[in-house]
Amino acid sequence: MKPNDIPESESAPAQPQPCRSSCTCHPTAAEPSPPSRSRRNVLAAGGMLGMSSLMGAAALMTQSDDPKANVTWAETFQKNYRLMTPEEKAEAAARLAARYSAEYRTDVTVSTKEAQPGVLMGYALNIRKCIGCRRCVHACVEENNQSRGERPGEKIEWIQVLRMERGEFSKERMDQGYPEGLGIQVGGNAYTPAGQVLEGQYHYDPKAVPEKDATYMPIACMQCEKPPCVKVCPVRTTYREGDGVVVIDYNWCIGCRMCMGACPYWARRINVAKPTLPKEDMNPVTHYLGNRPRMRGVVEKCHWCLQRSRDGRYPACVEVCPVGARKFGNLLDPESEVSLILARKNVFRLKADLNTFPKFFYFYD
Amino acid sequence: MNKLTRFVADYVGYVLKGSPKFYAWMGLLSLLILGMLYGFYLQNTEGLIVTGMTSQIHEGLYFANLVFLVGVAAGAVTIVFPAYVYHHEGMHKVSVLGEMLAITAVIMVMMFVFAHMGRPDRLWHMIPPWGIYSLSSMLGWDVLVLTGYLILNIICGFYYLWCKYTGTPVNKSWFIPLVFVAIVWALSIHTVTAFLISTMPARPMWHHSMMPIRFIATAFAAGPALIILIFLIIRKNTRFWIDDSAIQLLATIVTWCLGIAIFLTLSEVVVELYARTEHANGLYYLMFGLHGLTRLVPWFWSAVFLMVGSFVLFLIPAVRSNMKLLPIACVMAFAGIWIEKGMGLIVPGFIPTPIGEVTEYHPTLLEWVMTLGIWAFGFFILTILLKGAIGILNGDIKLANSQAGAAASLSGSSETPANA
Repeated sequence: MKPNDIPESESAPAQPQPCRSSCTCHPTAAEPSPPSRSRRNVLAAGGMLGMSSLMGAAALMTQSDDPKANVTWAETFQKNYRLMTPEEKAEAAARLAARYSAEYRTDVTVSTKEAQPGVLMGYALNIRKCIGCRRCVHACVEENNQSRGERPGEKIEWIQVLRMERGEFSKERMDQGYPEGLGIQVGGNAYTPAGQVLEGQYHYDPKAVPEKDATYMPIACMQCEKPPCVKVCPVRTTYREGDGVVVIDYNWCIGCRMCMGACPYWARRINVAKPTLPKEDMNPVTHYLGNRPRMRGVVEKCHWCLQRSRDGRYPACVEVCPVGARKFGNLLDPESEVSLILARKNVFRLKADLNTFPKFFYFYD
Repeated sequence: MNKLTRFVADYVGYVLKGSPKFYAWMGLLSLLILGMLYGFYLQNTEGLIVTGMTSQIHEGLYFANLVFLVGVAAGAVTIVFPAYVYHHEGMHKVSVLGEMLAITAVIMVMMFVFAHMGRPDRLWHMIPPWGIYSLSSMLGWDVLVLTGYLILNIICGFYYLWCKYTGTPVNKSWFIPLVFVAIVWALSIHTVTAFLISTMPARPMWHHSMMPIRFIATAFAAGPALIILIFLIIRKNTRFWIDDSAIQLLATIVTWCLGIAIFLTLSEVVVELYARTEHANGLYYLMFGLHGLTRLVPWFWSAVFLMVGSFVLFLIPAVRSNMKLLPIACVMAFAGIWIEKGMGLIVPGFIPTPIGEVTEYHPTLLEWVMTLGIWAFGFFILTILLKGAIGILNGDIKLANSQAGAAASLSGSSETPANA
């Protein structure tokens, strides 16, 4: 099945993408001077940045010994991605591709493909169909190079499948009241959790799915049209792209975590350590604003697989869903699956009262 | 040698000299500061994993101290306001000490910001022209008002000291207006810090408009409580005398701000627990625990005990006018508010998470070492600033003395009072 709602890659505006196809040209060759010299030059220039550069230096000294795997001074002092010229974006991507290639595997590409005109990405999820198998969760981790660590906070998943009780109601409990013991009966029988969102549980370990007494509600970044996370960011490193996806420039993020506090969907994660990403598990097809490996101390979240969706492919979670509960497409195209669902099905947004206007819709048939 | 270099030389020369007690105190603080430096090193090599923070609870002890210390910085205005608006004689004499405390507290806030950030090496991303400043971000505004407050206090404080040093009168045409700006600015720093957390509907426990006034009430209790303690230490260890009237006025301010703070806390408890919606889960977790997780419960109840207990003590005339018992009440109020506003406010805001996950946070040893180190760093700066300021107010550091000393070239300088 091919998505017909996202423009194909050939319609993309031609723009420099140094390391797109299997990369034979070595991007390090583009760097004018050997690392030691450039390091010394920038050291002088960086003096004016005072404290920040001091700490940057401390951080740099402790990187791996492989010179190619080091964060270069050019990367440390690069601009906010949005303010870069196309040439600077290409340069930044090439630098990253070289670093990742040295660190993980030789064929890493970093795309800088822009949002396509006439596209507003949208997502719809059929909660009646979801069986709670969590294949989406695992496909997402593999596609998007999340940290696989074991220590608390080191294992990162962007999708949570909330398991919710169907609730228990029985004749035997007719006389039980709330608050118990005070003699005032306030519907004690029904005072059990049933399908409520705020007490969902995503750590569950069933023998088989779907379970009889549970329903499931997957949740991830809602790609809000009015994202609270973007509003609180003090350095504007997280922002809404033209095609509606809220992205993060991982190289500009200062790790203040205000966005994590502002997100009502708990969609964001902080890299409390350098992400644990085994070489053999690394997905080499990356996007600058998407699934490229992150660094210590920055925030990350779902971006609807920009590296795929901007190339006319479905996000990994959509592709892997065994029951077809997940639908993805262009909201501006009236014939796209998502538009048809919005036109014909009963649709709701999560926490609509907060006026975040998600582009992630839930529906049921 | 011009006047300014002579001022710096005299000031530094004076604060570096002291009794063995002074050196022991500074040495102890230095040791704790070393611990802090090690903490910074670990956090910027290993990452925040060395702390107890996770993606669920991503603001902890550092943020709690940050919020509290913004309050202490703002609390310095309880000296400046009576001094300049009500022309309180005793306060006017010591108002510069309040400014020194404000400078210290803002610097400590900045240290806690560095400790909190995932990438302190990228702080320049916030500072134009190299970085981007975002007007839509409350954190951006917070940085702006805190930096402004620091600069205002440095100007007001050191200009006053400079005038005392040179023996010239203060130029009131710009100094007094600047002092009034600083007074209003003090309110702004804590208001913006309250907005920082109360403008997030995603965290229902914080999402109420009572936050700024509650912050200011607790700040104007904790700040002067600390100032009373500092004043009593100064009275005991230096020749500088602080009037009882100043201390008593501060005690009155502490009492009633504490009373308002307790009232506001009780109001919140009633409003939240009467309806007991899911939005009250954070407060419920704090007070009684949730799903069997109760780590913060002792914190909350000890804060209640300390705040109510100190309020009662402050109300007893025999206690508040007794300079031996007053410090006990002050320490209790200070500690109670540190808990209530710090661990008791920041951490439960994240419990449960917006998707209903109930997890717990406890600070690691390293976080305590860092926190202790930053407080030590603050006291280190405060000791130097207060010692210098008192030296000038006492007349031990004076341009005339310095010139006379220079004329006599070599002579034993007057003995400097020990000052811890």
